[in-house]
Amino acid sequence: MESTTAPVKPQFSEAAKAEIDRICKQYPEERRKSAMLPVLHIAQAEFGGWVAPEVQDLVAEVLGVKPIEVYEVSTFYTMFNLKPVGKHVLEICRTGPCQLRGSDELTLELERITGAKVGEGPSADGLFTLKEVECLAACGFAPVVQVREKYYEQLDTEASVNAMLSELRNMVHRPALPWEEKGLPNAVANN
Amino acid sequence: MGRKLLTEHINVEGIDTFEVYRKHGGYRSVEKALKTMTPDEVVEEVKKSGLRGRGGAGFPTGLKWSFLAKPEGVPRYLVCNADESEPGTFKDRQLMSKLPHLLIEGMITSSYALGANTSYIYIRGELLYVLRILEKAIAEAYAAGFLGKNILGSGYDLDLYVHPGGGAYICGEETALLESLEGKRGNPRNKPPFPAVQGLYARPTVVNNVESIAAVPVIVNDGGDEYAKIGVGKSTGTKLISACGHLNKPGIYEIELGVPVEEFIYSDEYCGGIWKGRDLKAVVAGGSSVPILPKELILKTAAGENRLMTYESLSDGGFVTGTMLGSGGFIAMDETTCIVRNTWNFSRFYHHESCGQCSPCREGTGWLEKILHRLEHGHGNERDIDVLASVAKQIEGNTICPLGEAAAWPVSAAIRHFRDEFEWHIRHPQEATRPGAVYPGKAVLA
Repeated sequence: MESTTAPVKPQFSEAAKAEIDRICKQYPEERRKSAMLPVLHIAQAEFGGWVAPEVQDLVAEVLGVKPIEVYEVSTFYTMFNLKPVGKHVLEICRTGPCQLRGSDELTLELERITGAKVGEGPSADGLFTLKEVECLAACGFAPVVQVREKYYEQLDTEASVNAMLSELRNMVHRPALPWEEKGLPNAVANN
Repeated sequence: MGRKLLTEHINVEGIDTFEVYRKHGGYRSVEKALKTMTPDEVVEEVKKSGLRGRGGAGFPTGLKWSFLAKPEGVPRYLVCNADESEPGTFKDRQLMSKLPHLLIEGMITSSYALGANTSYIYIRGELLYVLRILEKAIAEAYAAGFLGKNILGSGYDLDLYVHPGGGAYICGEETALLESLEGKRGNPRNKPPFPAVQGLYARPTVVNNVESIAAVPVIVNDGGDEYAKIGVGKSTGTKLISACGHLNKPGIYEIELGVPVEEFIYSDEYCGGIWKGRDLKAVVAGGSSVPILPKELILKTAAGENRLMTYESLSDGGFVTGTMLGSGGFIAMDETTCIVRNTWNFSRFYHHESCGQCSPCREGTGWLEKILHRLEHGHGNERDIDVLASVAKQIEGNTICPLGEAAAWPVSAAIRHFRDEFEWHIRHPQEATRPGAVYPGKAVLA
């Protein structure tokens, strides 16, 4: 059903704006576009774990580039979710070394427990999105799942998988990022 | 027990803080270089050390540095490649998260040698938590006067920043990395011009792997000649090996180059043998891009000599019977491993990671994945093996960047050494695709 109200233009929180300013200073002034990937990461954290088209437009505005310059980047790099996601995105490594230590079985197990399917939308309870990713550079601790900035390693036992899932289920808000003060509305409102 | 040049203090409590790192001799190379050496003298020591690029290509670091163009009045850059994504490789992540100051020290000393006043560490986006660790350590280094203006009163200025990627293997290729750092898609650039002449923002740039940069402090402290005494022949110094797959003790091992492969796999000092008491079937010794070798050829060369963990020994026999040290991503596979499945997995990886710029790679990696998927799932036909080999050959050498080779080599090598296992999948699809099926050996094809 089409919405009858005009969509609200997203805005970065004050904390995120300050962080973006800090990041942009790392590059020559005329090279503000260099901040594209770090700013997209901030946008994804700020706006519920994905970058909607209007969020990408906001990134373009902040960086002073054309929206297409953001779209072509957001669609190239795999970390940016272009569709709404569950509260937690489980990025399951599927590459060789993890496969040798049971990542295929882990994927099936996570699908069974959460009810979500890899590459599809979030689980019915809205908690989990399952995403298969390529090598996470943790091959010695395989199989591995990444959730936001945390690596869950050696998920080759029922206990380790359950521990990860119950930690995530009990998480009310995503962990605050370094530039976010604890309790700041934007640190807790999303994800 | 071999010497640990990089990781000696890795397990020291608090070594990720400036104070503890400094107490263990940290930042001495910065003092020595900035106070007693000219930039060219630092480059000379790195040349003498014989250090070879630890990211995978093994190109002499000092020589790479000497190519850097130095036009008057034009800024130049040092960029650290921390986009560690080569399957089987996880050393840089460990090094950076546990010893952030080692990389920072290496960056300062190396930037001084190259005359760079702004340097970047490009870290893969998945490692944002490591970026936080590095940024905290960088702030400490600024506070202690090792970064910023007029470092240690030497008149040398350096700003150091960490930049995250966004999830793309291709950005480990140095020109794709630079594109990405400029805020664009990671499409590798046509060369020439090389980064040493036109790199970041079209300015002269050196791109070096984390482990290469981390070796610079010890080279400057002890001298290039001392460093070169470690190792064998042109494989000098120590190397971090990421050991994974079916090993009893997977993990990161810093080895003196020259350790026999057999000792590395089986001795308790290193990997402690193959898990579950099983036999070794094959090894991919230098990250997923290098040719796979069966047990016999990884332990001994075709001439019957012990294979050593060196650039030269691992490549003995060329691609016919040898492989490469590459990034040191050492993937061991036990006797139950399905080589067809593993090859398909790696082909899927390269197809997924191809940037799509060059048609031989964009289309070829897709065909490799499709044909291998079909073989692995019991729908292959007799022609498939030759088609695979031919597609691989047509990708090789026909692309802007080495991802083409990286995709082709594992397939060519798997067919070269395990052709019978592919044939088994074609002739006995029902047995070969049974869950848990293990290839019983050539006799089954008779």
